[in-house]
Amino acid sequence: MIAPVNAGHARRNNILTLCAGAAIALLLWQAPGYIDAYKIRIINLIAINAILGLSLNLIYGMGGMFSLGHAGFMAIGAYVSAILIITPDQKQIMWILDPIAPWVRDMRAPFLASLLAAGIVSAIFGCLVSIPVLRLGGDYLGIATLGFSEIIRILITNLTPITNGPLGLKGIPPHASLLMSYGCLAVMLLCMTRLMRSNFGNVIRAVRDDEVAAKTMGIDTLKTRVLVFTLGCFGGGVGGALMGNLITTIDPKMFMITQTYSLLMIVVVGGLGSITGSVVGAVLVTTMLEWLRFVENPITIGSLNIPGIPGMRMVIFSVLLIAVIIFRREGIMGMREFSWGWLLRDGKRGGTQ
Amino acid sequence: MDANMFMQHFINALGLGSLYGLIAIGYTMVYGILRLINFAHGDIFMLGAYFVFFATVQYKLPWALGAFIAVSGTIVCGLLVDRVAYRPLRGAPRISALISAIGVSFFIENLAVVVFSGMPRPVVQPPLLMEAFSLGGIRLVPLAIMVPAISFIIVAALLWMIYRTKSGLAMRSISFDIETTRLMGVSVDRIIAMAFAIGSGLAAIAGIMWALRYPRVEPFMGIMPGFKAFIAAVFGGIGSVPGAMLGGLSLGFVEIMSVAFFPRLSGYRDAFAFLLLVVILLVKPTGLMGEKLEDKI
Amino acid sequence: MSEDGDFAIRLHGITIQFGGLVAVNGLTMSVARRGITGLIGPNGAGKTSVFNVITGFYRPNGGYVEFRRRDGSVGSITGLPPHKVCHAGLARTFQNIRLFGNETAIQNVMIGSHVRQKGRWWMNIVPFTFPGAAREEEEIRENAMRLLERLGLGGYAYAPASSLPYGAQRRLEIARALATKPEFLLLDEPAAGMNPQESAELLNFIRSLRDEYDLSILLIEHDMKVVMGVCEHIWVLDQGQLIADGKPEEIKRNHKVIEAYLGKEAANA
Repeated sequence: MIAPVNAGHARRNNILTLCAGAAIALLLWQAPGYIDAYKIRIINLIAINAILGLSLNLIYGMGGMFSLGHAGFMAIGAYVSAILIITPDQKQIMWILDPIAPWVRDMRAPFLASLLAAGIVSAIFGCLVSIPVLRLGGDYLGIATLGFSEIIRILITNLTPITNGPLGLKGIPPHASLLMSYGCLAVMLLCMTRLMRSNFGNVIRAVRDDEVAAKTMGIDTLKTRVLVFTLGCFGGGVGGALMGNLITTIDPKMFMITQTYSLLMIVVVGGLGSITGSVVGAVLVTTMLEWLRFVENPITIGSLNIPGIPGMRMVIFSVLLIAVIIFRREGIMGMREFSWGWLLRDGKRGGTQ
Repeated sequence: MDANMFMQHFINALGLGSLYGLIAIGYTMVYGILRLINFAHGDIFMLGAYFVFFATVQYKLPWALGAFIAVSGTIVCGLLVDRVAYRPLRGAPRISALISAIGVSFFIENLAVVVFSGMPRPVVQPPLLMEAFSLGGIRLVPLAIMVPAISFIIVAALLWMIYRTKSGLAMRSISFDIETTRLMGVSVDRIIAMAFAIGSGLAAIAGIMWALRYPRVEPFMGIMPGFKAFIAAVFGGIGSVPGAMLGGLSLGFVEIMSVAFFPRLSGYRDAFAFLLLVVILLVKPTGLMGEKLEDKI
Repeated sequence: MSEDGDFAIRLHGITIQFGGLVAVNGLTMSVARRGITGLIGPNGAGKTSVFNVITGFYRPNGGYVEFRRRDGSVGSITGLPPHKVCHAGLARTFQNIRLFGNETAIQNVMIGSHVRQKGRWWMNIVPFTFPGAAREEEEIRENAMRLLERLGLGGYAYAPASSLPYGAQRRLEIARALATKPEFLLLDEPAAGMNPQESAELLNFIRSLRDEYDLSILLIEHDMKVVMGVCEHIWVLDQGQLIADGKPEEIKRNHKVIEAYLGKEAANA
């Protein structure tokens, strides 16, 4: 927690935050004129991964609930949003295996409403799932949520009239522009920072650290957990929806456990329980995963031809995950947060902790 | 469904269930001792299948020798995993070891893609095991009998080892209280390594028989059987070896019979196992044969 | 027997079993309102089990617990989950201190205030400020700071709880309990691990807490100096049975108590 900042510093910090936000917004707005589409896409993916990482960090890092089900909630969000924004005519053509259910065909909503719906539907599922499984602790919870995520994927594969089954959805309108993704990330950062700085944030951490003591303090720990899990699922749904809009096609195979692993990597590398950490983790893991593509492509150095090695990227990725967990378990940020006071060296040791 | 058809499904379920059971024993032994879900166990199983494929199909070794090489190779891999990825985390929070296990699982799968290539490879079944014969109106291949038979013999031997030998006693004592056992002068790391060796060996045997039953190998073949075997271990009561076998058989029957009786549900086949897991965790988290653990305030 | 007319907590025939083992057997006792009452007994007598029943962590196999509020209303709190017991106005500390170690001292105290907080959780998530909720948060922080200063922990406010010296951690646990605005405070071995000087200070401290916050206090303690010095009434448990109760002087002379603590020979000597 941040020690109290004097009023002058507080105002300065707010101004600095606003300026930094405006500068980033300006850069993002101008970026497409200077950078090629591939890089733009990666920068965009960073924001979406940050949103997803933050939502998983809320559940796992802050709430202490080891969930391996995030891919499932992403899938729900992605499908809800895609079904709402694809036109009925397009949908009519796309469903080949089974005729589309009429109510699915006729559903429509503008993009922002579809994002909200994605979050809400995902949150409802999350809430329903969490009430029974949160009675379990630790690794059992991980396995149960993983099970639910797989069940969701199997349902999506089989409920063809609603989801178009294994064929997935194509031609999703690309609404996830740079400004849109970063706008969502900014809102999420604001909300989460406010939440974790409030007394309810203290309560969430208390439930994570010592359930017995939290109960003694009059905290309904199950309710708190369900709430945090549901909020995390909301974020997962929104992130999934943005992902679908960025890639413009989705299918059940996209939301396998591998997807959850890379989010877990983001959260662990960044630092469990740190908002800043998840953003840093998203930047590192996303760029690294893209950069590692080179090992799978053929390389020519002078006259030397190295053929691409498929799968190598994930091998390196998993070695890094193991190395981080063995050698630097607390990640880059630990539980610390970024603050202007730290950057500008207010006082003796900055404002963190 | 007539009686013959039912028997056919019954034998089928027995085979699948005993394979789940064999893999489940590896989960249950490691969890019983370290309270760690060895996520990589399904991939160890995959390695067993690949090793036997290379030995017999690629290098044309006789099956018995190939199986021996495969089991030994897999045991070495299992021990390596423990040494490199789990032992450094013995004192760490349990979830850290679990994340490491996830990393290892991911690593083995993708390394298999790099080394063995992502393409599925066909396994040549020995003709001797595939000669169909008739038993009371049911057409069978020797393989269908061999799989459950070998599994049961192995489980019997393992139970003897756990309950009748000194190492077995040490193993049971570690799962009860690791620190006290250490104080008693037992080399805990050696016993843990032994649990990994036995678990990996059984997974390799399951992998070999799996490769014979569904004659092909591919790098991701271990994921689903791995998850299901873990579910079987939880269902039977994690920590209990007979429970793991019982859980494996139950799961085999649930899967085969539900698809046999309701063919329309075949698309949901994998969902049954997960549904079973969630239900068992909610109704009786300790499983069929597990013991209750209580939190102290 | 203490006067039942003015009780804060009354236990009726409480029995607790673990498997076949009877930890507490048909315990009936009451704790006076605004009194400082001691619960003593040798190790394994079932004292902490009694605390766990009162605070809702154990559901008794038999019997019930009644709680009388300041306003005079009496209700059963048997079988209420711990957080509802806290809500009803009972707070406790633990024998083996259970602070939220990663959090700062002031956060620990603020967490205690949450149970009385009116602002809802979502008011702090939406990207704009609710003036009422923000003001309440500010009040909670100020109140927490006041409590810390009252307990002599002002200097530790922004230090992680786990970094505090042992005695300070014990006081912080009490501060955190007080933040829930209790009417009844249960202290599980408050003097454990303290040196004689610290425990002497503790005596005065417990008394002043009672007066200042209008509390009824029940405490488990092994340090007989503390028990005899501060308690107005003492209940003695041995092997789950009530063997004596009375004023400190009476307990000191009680034959059964001496026997329970020191054995038969000592009692006869």
